[in-house]
Amino acid sequence: MSAVSIRVTVNGTPYERQVEPRTHLADFLRHDLGLTGTHLGCEHGVCGACSLLVDGRAVRGCLMLAVQADGAEVVTVEGLASAAGLSPLQEAFREFHALQCGFCTPGMLTTLVQLLEDHPEPTEAMLREELSGNLCRCTGYAGIIRAALKAAPLMKAQKETAA
Amino acid sequence: MKASRFDYHRPATRAEALDMLQTLEGAKILAGGQSLVPMLNMRYAFVDHVVDINRVDGLSGIEIGGNVRIGAMTRQRHILADPALKARLPVVAAALGFVGHLHTRNRGTIGGSLGHMDPAAELFGIATLLDATIHVESKRGPRAVAIADYPQGYMTPNLDPDEMIVGISLAPPAEGHGWSFIEFAQRHGDFAVVAVGTTLAFDAAGKVNDARIVLCGMGIAPLRLAAGEALLMGTAAEPAAIAAAADLATRQDAMSDALASERYRRHLAGVLTHRALTEARARASHGKVQ
Repeated sequence: MSAVSIRVTVNGTPYERQVEPRTHLADFLRHDLGLTGTHLGCEHGVCGACSLLVDGRAVRGCLMLAVQADGAEVVTVEGLASAAGLSPLQEAFREFHALQCGFCTPGMLTTLVQLLEDHPEPTEAMLREELSGNLCRCTGYAGIIRAALKAAPLMKAQKETAA
Repeated sequence: MKASRFDYHRPATRAEALDMLQTLEGAKILAGGQSLVPMLNMRYAFVDHVVDINRVDGLSGIEIGGNVRIGAMTRQRHILADPALKARLPVVAAALGFVGHLHTRNRGTIGGSLGHMDPAAELFGIATLLDATIHVESKRGPRAVAIADYPQGYMTPNLDPDEMIVGISLAPPAEGHGWSFIEFAQRHGDFAVVAVGTTLAFDAAGKVNDARIVLCGMGIAPLRLAAGEALLMGTAAEPAAIAAAADLATRQDAMSDALASERYRRHLAGVLTHRALTEARARASHGKVQ
Protein backbone atom coordinates (compact mmCIF):
# COMPACT_ATOMS: atom_id res chain seq x y z
CA MET A 1 0.00 0.00 0.00
CA SER A 2 2.77 2.37 -0.96
CA ALA A 3 2.50 6.13 -1.20
CA VAL A 4 2.71 7.69 -4.63
CA SER A 5 4.54 10.87 -5.60
CA ILE A 6 2.44 13.47 -7.40
CA ARG A 7 2.96 16.96 -8.81
CA VAL A 8 -0.08 19.16 -8.87
CA THR A 9 -0.64 22.88 -9.37
CA VAL A 10 -3.20 24.35 -6.97
CA ASN A 11 -4.35 27.95 -7.44
CA GLY A 12 -1.23 28.61 -9.48
CA THR A 13 1.25 27.15 -6.96
CA PRO A 14 3.04 23.92 -7.92
CA TYR A 15 3.30 21.23 -5.22
CA GLU A 16 5.06 17.89 -5.04
CA ARG A 17 3.77 15.50 -2.39
CA GLN A 18 3.62 11.84 -1.43
CA VAL A 19 0.02 10.67 -1.13
CA GLU A 20 -1.68 7.49 -0.08
CA PRO A 21 -3.71 6.19 -3.06
CA ARG A 22 -6.92 6.10 -1.02
CA THR A 23 -6.75 9.82 -0.20
CA HIS A 24 -9.28 11.72 -2.24
CA LEU A 25 -8.49 15.10 -3.73
CA ALA A 26 -10.54 17.13 -1.24
CA ASP A 27 -8.84 15.49 1.76
CA PHE A 28 -5.46 16.03 0.13
CA LEU A 29 -6.17 19.74 -0.32
CA ARG A 30 -7.42 20.13 3.25
CA HIS A 31 -5.00 17.90 5.16
CA ASP A 32 -1.80 17.96 3.10
CA LEU A 33 -1.95 21.50 1.69
CA GLY A 34 -3.98 23.16 4.47
CA LEU A 35 -6.49 24.55 1.98
CA THR A 36 -9.61 24.16 4.09
CA GLY A 37 -11.81 26.30 1.84
CA THR A 38 -13.00 23.12 0.11
CA HIS A 39 -15.68 21.62 2.35
CA LEU A 40 -16.71 18.00 2.72
CA GLY A 41 -20.29 17.00 3.36
CA CYS A 42 -21.27 13.52 2.30
CA GLU A 43 -18.05 12.12 0.78
CA HIS A 44 -19.97 10.11 -1.75
CA GLY A 45 -20.74 12.64 -4.43
CA VAL A 46 -24.25 13.71 -3.47
CA CYS A 47 -23.98 17.06 -1.69
CA GLY A 48 -21.58 18.97 -3.97
CA ALA A 49 -19.90 20.85 -1.11
CA CYS A 50 -16.44 19.62 -2.21
CA SER A 51 -16.84 20.77 -5.83
CA LEU A 52 -13.69 22.31 -7.28
CA LEU A 53 -12.11 22.84 -10.69
CA VAL A 54 -9.65 20.38 -12.26
CA ASP A 55 -8.23 21.60 -15.56
CA GLY A 56 -11.09 24.09 -15.72
CA ARG A 57 -13.86 21.54 -15.18
CA ALA A 58 -16.03 21.21 -12.09
CA VAL A 59 -15.57 17.89 -10.30
CA ARG A 60 -16.48 16.37 -6.97
CA GLY A 61 -13.32 16.58 -4.88
CA CYS A 62 -14.41 13.48 -2.94
CA LEU A 63 -14.84 11.36 -6.09
CA MET A 64 -11.39 11.88 -7.52
CA LEU A 65 -8.29 10.39 -5.94
CA ALA A 66 -5.47 12.80 -5.25
CA VAL A 67 -3.13 10.54 -7.29
CA GLN A 68 -5.39 11.10 -10.27
CA ALA A 69 -4.71 14.84 -10.11
CA ASP A 70 -1.04 14.20 -10.87
CA GLY A 71 -0.10 16.78 -13.53
CA ALA A 72 -3.40 18.66 -13.24
CA GLU A 73 -4.25 22.30 -12.56
CA VAL A 74 -6.61 22.54 -9.60
CA VAL A 75 -8.54 25.66 -8.63
CA THR A 76 -10.29 25.82 -5.26
CA VAL A 77 -12.39 28.57 -3.73
CA GLU A 78 -9.16 30.08 -2.38
CA GLY A 79 -8.08 30.66 -5.98
CA LEU A 80 -11.11 32.62 -7.17
CA ALA A 81 -10.24 36.07 -5.81
CA SER A 82 -7.33 38.06 -7.22
CA ALA A 83 -5.00 40.56 -5.60
CA ALA A 84 -7.47 43.22 -6.78
CA GLY A 85 -10.25 41.74 -4.66
CA LEU A 86 -13.16 39.34 -4.88
CA SER A 87 -14.25 37.99 -8.26
CA PRO A 88 -17.49 39.39 -9.75
CA LEU A 89 -19.22 36.13 -8.79
CA GLN A 90 -18.04 36.40 -5.19
CA GLU A 91 -19.09 40.06 -5.06
CA ALA A 92 -22.53 39.10 -6.36
CA PHE A 93 -22.82 36.40 -3.68
CA ARG A 94 -22.17 39.06 -1.07
CA GLU A 95 -24.53 41.55 -2.62
CA PHE A 96 -27.48 39.13 -2.88
CA HIS A 97 -26.92 37.26 0.41
CA ALA A 98 -26.32 34.07 -1.55
CA LEU A 99 -25.01 32.36 1.56
CA GLN A 100 -26.01 31.98 5.15
CA CYS A 101 -23.95 29.32 6.92
CA GLY A 102 -21.50 29.22 4.01
CA PHE A 103 -20.93 25.47 4.02
CA CYS A 104 -22.08 24.97 0.41
CA THR A 105 -20.55 28.22 -0.86
CA PRO A 106 -17.14 26.97 -2.08
CA GLY A 107 -18.87 24.26 -4.11
CA MET A 108 -21.49 26.69 -5.42
CA LEU A 109 -18.84 29.17 -6.53
CA THR A 110 -16.56 26.68 -8.28
CA THR A 111 -19.53 25.01 -9.98
CA LEU A 112 -20.80 28.37 -11.19
CA VAL A 113 -17.39 29.22 -12.64
CA GLN A 114 -17.77 26.38 -15.16
CA LEU A 115 -21.53 26.77 -15.56
CA LEU A 116 -21.31 30.45 -16.43
CA GLU A 117 -18.37 29.80 -18.73
CA ASP A 118 -20.43 27.16 -20.60
CA HIS A 119 -23.58 29.34 -20.47
CA PRO A 120 -22.59 33.02 -20.56
CA GLU A 121 -26.28 33.96 -20.82
CA PRO A 122 -27.93 31.63 -18.32
CA THR A 123 -31.63 31.29 -17.66
CA GLU A 124 -33.02 30.88 -14.19
CA ALA A 125 -34.49 27.49 -15.14
CA MET A 126 -31.10 26.20 -16.34
CA LEU A 127 -29.37 27.45 -13.20
CA ARG A 128 -31.97 25.85 -10.93
CA GLU A 129 -31.65 22.52 -12.72
CA GLU A 130 -27.85 22.51 -12.80
CA LEU A 131 -27.43 23.67 -9.20
CA SER A 132 -29.54 20.72 -8.05
CA GLY A 133 -26.14 19.00 -7.84
CA ASN A 134 -25.09 21.33 -5.01
CA LEU A 135 -27.18 21.13 -1.88
CA CYS A 136 -27.91 24.33 0.03
CA ARG A 137 -30.14 24.05 3.07
CA CYS A 138 -30.16 27.73 4.15
CA THR A 139 -30.99 29.99 1.25
CA GLY A 140 -33.66 28.23 -0.77
CA TYR A 141 -31.33 29.05 -3.68
CA ALA A 142 -33.08 32.38 -4.38
CA GLY A 143 -30.07 34.55 -3.54
CA ILE A 144 -27.68 32.16 -5.29
CA ILE A 145 -29.68 32.34 -8.52
CA ARG A 146 -29.88 36.14 -8.31
CA ALA A 147 -26.15 36.36 -7.73
CA ALA A 148 -25.40 34.07 -10.68
CA LEU A 149 -27.67 36.10 -12.97
CA LYS A 150 -25.95 39.30 -11.84
CA ALA A 151 -22.45 37.88 -12.25
CA ALA A 152 -22.95 36.24 -15.65
CA PRO A 153 -22.72 39.39 -17.83
CA LEU A 154 -19.86 40.72 -15.68
CA MET A 155 -17.91 37.48 -16.13
CA LYS A 156 -18.63 37.51 -19.86
CA ALA A 157 -17.38 41.10 -20.16
CA GLN A 158 -14.32 40.28 -18.07
CA LYS A 159 -13.51 37.35 -20.37
CA GLU A 160 -13.99 39.49 -23.48
CA THR A 161 -11.68 42.17 -22.08
CA ALA A 162 -9.05 39.55 -21.32
CA ALA A 163 -9.29 38.08 -24.84
CA MET B 1 -16.14 7.77 5.51
CA LYS B 2 -12.77 6.98 4.07
CA ALA B 3 -11.80 4.20 1.70
CA SER B 4 -9.77 1.29 3.02
CA ARG B 5 -6.21 0.97 1.75
CA PHE B 6 -5.38 -0.17 -1.75
CA ASP B 7 -2.50 -0.04 -4.21
CA TYR B 8 -2.75 2.24 -7.22
CA HIS B 9 -1.67 1.38 -10.76
CA ARG B 10 -1.77 3.65 -13.76
CA PRO B 11 -1.18 1.71 -17.00
CA ALA B 12 -0.25 3.73 -20.09
CA THR B 13 -1.46 1.22 -22.66
CA ARG B 14 -4.30 -1.21 -23.10
CA ALA B 15 -1.86 -4.16 -23.11
CA GLU B 16 -0.39 -3.02 -19.82
CA ALA B 17 -3.88 -2.65 -18.30
CA LEU B 18 -4.89 -6.15 -19.43
CA ASP B 19 -1.62 -7.56 -18.00
CA MET B 20 -2.44 -6.01 -14.65
CA LEU B 21 -5.99 -7.35 -14.65
CA GLN B 22 -4.64 -10.84 -15.30
CA THR B 23 -1.87 -10.79 -12.70
CA LEU B 24 -3.20 -8.67 -9.81
CA GLU B 25 -5.50 -10.35 -7.31
CA GLY B 26 -8.50 -8.31 -6.21
CA ALA B 27 -8.07 -5.60 -8.85
CA LYS B 28 -10.77 -3.19 -9.94
CA ILE B 29 -10.75 -0.82 -12.90
CA LEU B 30 -11.08 2.88 -12.14
CA ALA B 31 -12.75 4.67 -15.07
CA GLY B 32 -14.52 7.95 -14.26
CA GLY B 33 -14.74 6.98 -10.60
CA GLN B 34 -18.22 8.37 -10.08
CA SER B 35 -19.57 4.99 -8.95
CA LEU B 36 -16.47 3.17 -7.72
CA VAL B 37 -15.06 5.98 -5.55
CA PRO B 38 -18.30 6.50 -3.58
CA MET B 39 -18.46 2.74 -3.04
CA LEU B 40 -14.86 2.76 -1.80
CA ASN B 41 -15.49 5.80 0.43
CA MET B 42 -18.61 4.17 1.90
CA ARG B 43 -16.76 0.84 2.23
CA TYR B 44 -19.38 -0.95 0.22
CA ALA B 45 -16.47 -2.06 -1.94
CA PHE B 46 -13.04 -3.29 -0.85
CA VAL B 47 -10.29 -3.69 -3.40
CA ASP B 48 -6.59 -4.54 -3.15
CA HIS B 49 -5.60 -2.88 -6.40
CA VAL B 50 -7.07 -0.01 -8.36
CA VAL B 51 -6.15 0.02 -12.05
CA ASP B 52 -6.70 3.59 -13.27
CA ILE B 53 -7.31 3.53 -17.05
CA ASN B 54 -7.78 7.30 -17.39
CA ARG B 55 -4.45 7.66 -19.18
CA VAL B 56 -4.76 4.66 -21.50
CA ASP B 57 -4.91 5.85 -25.10
CA GLY B 58 -7.54 4.76 -27.60
CA LEU B 59 -10.43 4.08 -25.25
CA SER B 60 -12.54 7.14 -25.99
CA GLY B 61 -14.33 8.56 -29.00
CA ILE B 62 -17.61 8.33 -30.88
CA GLU B 63 -17.84 6.76 -34.37
CA ILE B 64 -21.07 6.96 -36.29
CA GLY B 65 -21.59 4.44 -39.10
CA GLY B 66 -24.26 1.76 -39.52
CA ASN B 67 -23.83 1.30 -35.79
CA VAL B 68 -22.76 3.89 -33.29
CA ARG B 69 -19.57 2.91 -31.49
CA ILE B 70 -18.61 4.69 -28.29
CA GLY B 71 -15.28 4.07 -26.55
CA ALA B 72 -15.53 2.91 -22.94
CA MET B 73 -13.71 5.94 -21.53
CA THR B 74 -15.78 8.51 -23.41
CA ARG B 75 -16.95 10.99 -20.78
CA GLN B 76 -20.67 11.48 -20.32
CA ARG B 77 -20.26 15.19 -21.02
CA HIS B 78 -18.69 14.43 -24.42
CA ILE B 79 -21.49 12.04 -25.33
CA LEU B 80 -24.07 14.63 -24.25
CA ALA B 81 -22.45 17.39 -26.31
CA ASP B 82 -21.64 15.44 -29.51
CA PRO B 83 -23.64 17.11 -32.33
CA ALA B 84 -23.45 14.20 -34.78
CA LEU B 85 -24.67 11.75 -32.17
CA LYS B 86 -27.46 14.08 -31.15
CA ALA B 87 -28.58 14.27 -34.79
CA ARG B 88 -28.49 10.49 -35.37
CA LEU B 89 -29.60 9.24 -31.93
CA PRO B 90 -31.20 12.07 -29.96
CA VAL B 91 -32.53 9.67 -27.32
CA VAL B 92 -28.99 9.24 -25.95
CA ALA B 93 -28.59 12.92 -25.08
CA ALA B 94 -32.14 12.98 -23.74
CA ALA B 95 -31.25 10.19 -21.32
CA LEU B 96 -27.89 11.75 -20.37
CA GLY B 97 -29.69 14.93 -19.34
CA PHE B 98 -30.97 12.90 -16.38
CA VAL B 99 -27.57 11.42 -15.48
CA GLY B 100 -26.07 12.97 -12.37
CA HIS B 101 -24.83 16.53 -12.56
CA LEU B 102 -22.29 18.70 -14.32
CA HIS B 103 -19.50 17.46 -12.03
CA THR B 104 -20.23 13.77 -12.36
CA ARG B 105 -20.78 13.98 -16.13
CA ASN B 106 -17.40 15.72 -16.47
CA ARG B 107 -15.73 12.59 -15.06
CA GLY B 108 -18.23 9.76 -15.55
CA THR B 109 -17.81 7.41 -18.53
CA ILE B 110 -20.14 5.13 -20.47
CA GLY B 111 -17.94 2.09 -19.82
CA GLY B 112 -17.87 2.83 -16.11
CA SER B 113 -21.63 3.18 -15.97
CA LEU B 114 -22.13 -0.16 -17.73
CA GLY B 115 -19.51 -1.88 -15.60
CA HIS B 116 -21.18 -0.65 -12.41
CA MET B 117 -24.62 -1.75 -13.65
CA ASP B 118 -26.94 0.16 -11.37
CA PRO B 119 -30.42 -1.20 -12.20
CA ALA B 120 -31.86 2.29 -12.75
CA ALA B 121 -28.88 3.80 -14.59
CA GLU B 122 -30.05 5.67 -17.67
CA LEU B 123 -27.07 4.58 -19.80
CA PHE B 124 -27.76 0.94 -19.00
CA GLY B 125 -31.33 1.62 -20.17
CA ILE B 126 -30.07 3.22 -23.38
CA ALA B 127 -27.83 0.21 -24.05
CA THR B 128 -30.84 -2.08 -23.60
CA LEU B 129 -33.10 0.10 -25.76
CA LEU B 130 -30.58 0.26 -28.60
CA ASP B 131 -29.64 -3.44 -28.68
CA ALA B 132 -26.11 -2.73 -27.56
CA THR B 133 -23.11 -4.95 -27.93
CA ILE B 134 -20.53 -4.57 -25.17
CA HIS B 135 -16.97 -5.04 -26.41
CA VAL B 136 -14.66 -6.50 -23.79
CA GLU B 137 -11.03 -7.52 -23.89
CA SER B 138 -8.68 -9.62 -21.81
CA LYS B 139 -5.27 -11.21 -22.37
CA ARG B 140 -7.26 -14.17 -23.67
CA GLY B 141 -8.67 -12.06 -26.50
CA PRO B 142 -11.66 -9.90 -27.37
CA ARG B 143 -15.28 -10.85 -26.71
CA ALA B 144 -18.57 -9.26 -27.78
CA VAL B 145 -21.43 -9.52 -25.28
CA ALA B 146 -25.01 -8.86 -26.37
CA ILE B 147 -26.81 -6.63 -23.90
CA ALA B 148 -29.43 -9.35 -23.36
CA ASP B 149 -26.68 -11.65 -22.02
CA TYR B 150 -24.92 -8.94 -20.04
CA PRO B 151 -26.77 -8.81 -16.68
CA GLN B 152 -25.98 -11.85 -14.55
CA GLY B 153 -27.64 -10.64 -11.38
CA TYR B 154 -27.99 -7.54 -9.25
CA MET B 155 -25.09 -5.21 -10.20
CA THR B 156 -23.30 -8.23 -11.65
CA PRO B 157 -22.22 -7.88 -15.27
CA ASN B 158 -21.15 -10.73 -17.54
CA LEU B 159 -17.47 -9.88 -17.15
CA ASP B 160 -14.61 -12.03 -15.89
CA PRO B 161 -12.17 -10.47 -13.40
CA ASP B 162 -9.48 -10.16 -16.08
CA GLU B 163 -11.80 -8.53 -18.60
CA MET B 164 -12.17 -4.84 -19.37
CA ILE B 165 -14.94 -3.06 -21.28
CA VAL B 166 -13.33 -1.23 -24.22
CA GLY B 167 -16.40 0.05 -26.02
CA ILE B 168 -20.07 -0.27 -26.80
CA SER B 169 -21.95 -0.46 -30.11
CA LEU B 170 -25.50 0.84 -30.37
CA ALA B 171 -27.91 -0.17 -33.17
CA PRO B 172 -29.89 2.93 -34.13
CA PRO B 173 -33.37 2.80 -35.64
CA ALA B 174 -33.82 4.26 -39.16
CA GLU B 175 -33.33 8.00 -39.67
CA GLY B 176 -36.44 10.01 -38.89
CA HIS B 177 -37.45 7.78 -35.98
CA GLY B 178 -39.32 9.28 -33.06
CA TRP B 179 -37.85 9.04 -29.60
CA SER B 180 -38.39 9.87 -25.97
CA PHE B 181 -36.66 9.32 -22.65
CA ILE B 182 -38.43 10.41 -19.49
CA GLU B 183 -38.19 9.49 -15.87
CA PHE B 184 -39.44 10.04 -12.37
CA ALA B 185 -36.75 10.62 -9.75
CA GLN B 186 -36.87 12.09 -6.25
CA ARG B 187 -34.55 14.91 -7.29
CA HIS B 188 -33.14 15.91 -10.65
CA GLY B 189 -29.94 13.94 -11.22
CA ASP B 190 -30.82 11.09 -8.86
CA PHE B 191 -31.14 7.57 -10.15
CA ALA B 192 -34.65 7.14 -11.50
CA VAL B 193 -37.37 5.40 -9.55
CA VAL B 194 -38.65 4.43 -12.99
CA ALA B 195 -37.42 5.66 -16.37
CA VAL B 196 -38.85 4.84 -19.79
CA GLY B 197 -37.08 5.16 -23.12
CA THR B 198 -38.56 4.50 -26.52
CA THR B 199 -37.93 4.80 -30.24
CA LEU B 200 -40.59 4.45 -32.94
CA ALA B 201 -39.84 4.21 -36.66
CA PHE B 202 -42.54 4.26 -39.34
CA ASP B 203 -42.58 2.93 -42.91
CA ALA B 204 -43.66 4.94 -45.98
CA ALA B 205 -47.29 3.95 -45.32
CA GLY B 206 -47.08 5.48 -41.84
CA LYS B 207 -47.07 2.13 -40.00
CA VAL B 208 -44.66 1.30 -37.20
CA ASN B 209 -41.90 -0.98 -38.49
CA ASP B 210 -39.50 -0.71 -35.53
CA ALA B 211 -40.75 -0.20 -31.97
CA ARG B 212 -38.52 -0.28 -28.92
CA ILE B 213 -39.50 0.37 -25.33
CA VAL B 214 -37.31 0.01 -22.26
CA LEU B 215 -38.39 0.26 -18.61
CA CYS B 216 -35.62 1.08 -16.11
CA GLY B 217 -35.77 0.74 -12.34
CA MET B 218 -38.28 -2.11 -12.30
CA GLY B 219 -35.85 -4.95 -11.57
CA ILE B 220 -32.14 -5.80 -11.55
CA ALA B 221 -31.75 -4.74 -15.18
CA PRO B 222 -33.64 -2.59 -17.68
CA LEU B 223 -36.54 -4.47 -19.21
CA ARG B 224 -37.58 -4.39 -22.87
CA LEU B 225 -41.36 -4.29 -23.09
CA ALA B 226 -41.42 -6.89 -25.88
CA ALA B 227 -45.19 -7.41 -25.78
CA GLY B 228 -45.79 -3.67 -26.08
CA GLU B 229 -43.35 -3.43 -28.98
CA ALA B 230 -45.11 -6.29 -30.79
CA LEU B 231 -48.47 -4.69 -30.20
CA LEU B 232 -47.37 -1.42 -31.81
CA MET B 233 -45.83 -3.01 -34.91
CA GLY B 234 -47.91 -2.40 -38.02
CA THR B 235 -50.13 0.16 -36.28
CA ALA B 236 -50.00 3.92 -36.76
CA ALA B 237 -49.24 4.16 -33.02
CA GLU B 238 -52.60 5.80 -32.60
CA PRO B 239 -53.74 6.74 -29.07
CA ALA B 240 -55.56 3.42 -28.54
CA ALA B 241 -52.45 1.41 -29.43
CA ILE B 242 -50.31 3.57 -27.17
CA ALA B 243 -52.77 3.13 -24.31
CA ALA B 244 -52.70 -0.65 -24.80
CA ALA B 245 -48.90 -0.71 -24.75
CA ALA B 246 -48.85 1.46 -21.62
CA ASP B 247 -51.32 -0.91 -19.98
CA LEU B 248 -48.89 -3.78 -20.61
CA ALA B 249 -46.18 -1.77 -18.83
CA THR B 250 -48.30 -1.72 -15.66
CA ARG B 251 -48.40 -5.53 -15.70
CA GLN B 252 -44.65 -6.12 -15.54
CA ASP B 253 -42.86 -7.41 -12.46
CA ALA B 254 -41.38 -4.66 -10.32
CA MET B 255 -39.34 -4.51 -7.14
CA SER B 256 -40.16 -2.78 -3.87
CA ASP B 257 -37.49 -0.86 -2.02
CA ALA B 258 -37.08 2.17 0.23
CA LEU B 259 -37.83 4.50 -2.71
CA ALA B 260 -41.07 3.02 -3.99
CA SER B 261 -43.40 0.05 -3.72
CA GLU B 262 -43.90 -2.51 -6.45
CA ARG B 263 -47.39 -1.13 -7.08
CA TYR B 264 -46.18 2.43 -7.43
CA ARG B 265 -43.41 1.40 -9.80
CA ARG B 266 -45.91 -0.40 -12.02
CA HIS B 267 -48.15 2.67 -11.98
CA LEU B 268 -45.21 4.87 -12.95
CA ALA B 269 -44.24 2.46 -15.74
CA GLY B 270 -47.70 2.82 -17.27
CA VAL B 271 -47.86 6.60 -17.01
CA LEU B 272 -44.33 7.13 -18.31
CA THR B 273 -44.73 4.62 -21.16
CA HIS B 274 -47.88 6.42 -22.26
CA ARG B 275 -46.15 9.81 -22.22
CA ALA B 276 -42.97 8.54 -23.88
CA LEU B 277 -44.79 6.81 -26.74
CA THR B 278 -46.98 9.85 -27.32
CA GLU B 279 -43.92 12.09 -27.45
CA ALA B 280 -41.99 9.68 -29.72
CA ARG B 281 -44.91 9.45 -32.14
CA ALA B 282 -45.07 13.25 -32.38
CA ARG B 283 -41.36 13.46 -33.10
CA ALA B 284 -41.25 10.79 -35.81
CA SER B 285 -41.23 11.68 -39.51
CA HIS B 286 -43.82 8.90 -40.18
CA GLY B 287 -42.03 7.74 -43.32
CA LYS B 288 -42.15 11.18 -44.89
CA VAL B 289 -38.90 12.55 -46.25
CA GLN B 290 -37.81 15.38 -44.00
